[in-house]
Amino acid sequence: MLNHYETVFIATPVLSDVQIKEAVKKYRDFITDNGGEIVHEEDWGLKKLAYPIQKKTTGFYYLIEFMAAPELIAKLELQYRRDERIIRFLTFALDKHAAAYAQKRRANKSKAKEA
Amino acid sequence: MAIGSKSEIRYLTPPTVEVKKKKYCRFKKAGIKYIDYKDAEFLKKFLNEQGKILPRRLTGTSLKFQKKVAQAVKRARHLALLPYVTDLMK
Repeated sequence: MLNHYETVFIATPVLSDVQIKEAVKKYRDFITDNGGEIVHEEDWGLKKLAYPIQKKTTGFYYLIEFMAAPELIAKLELQYRRDERIIRFLTFALDKHAAAYAQKRRANKSKAKEA
Repeated sequence: MAIGSKSEIRYLTPPTVEVKKKKYCRFKKAGIKYIDYKDAEFLKKFLNEQGKILPRRLTGTSLKFQKKVAQAVKRARHLALLPYVTDLMK
């Protein structure tokens, strides 16, 4: 049984671009290696945090939308917790309305890219 | 003259003839089924200046969607898209 999930994580701003890519790659590979399937990704880049987290005022946001079995989530979150580069994360299960919204969002994004 | 103005009926408290604008749930009206926690700008409509969630009494949101708004706001706060506490947000 595959469910539709979405995960957003915030990486520390002290990392270099290469290190960020490495971190992103780690989680992408983690999902695909554990029987998940990546549907969509979004790089929000360096954003200002609404309040300081671990004395940092900015962070790199990254969103991954994927299909996976529910067992994967606990493993993924464990990885997040063990990783010092990740200062905050959120995993969210999409229901059918959320999935429809995500699809619309993707369509808008790709349209904006073309224009 | 002075007599003319006195002949009018005068009330201690002027009668209120305000036409109350009916509040409605914007989600029901627009057919929105999912509230995105990533859209902080949209969620700000449901917060006051201190970043508190506005009551249904003021926004007119239906119970079903008020719960969803609250949940979305809390998720956005966790991801530091919205502040937990602040002054003069807008």
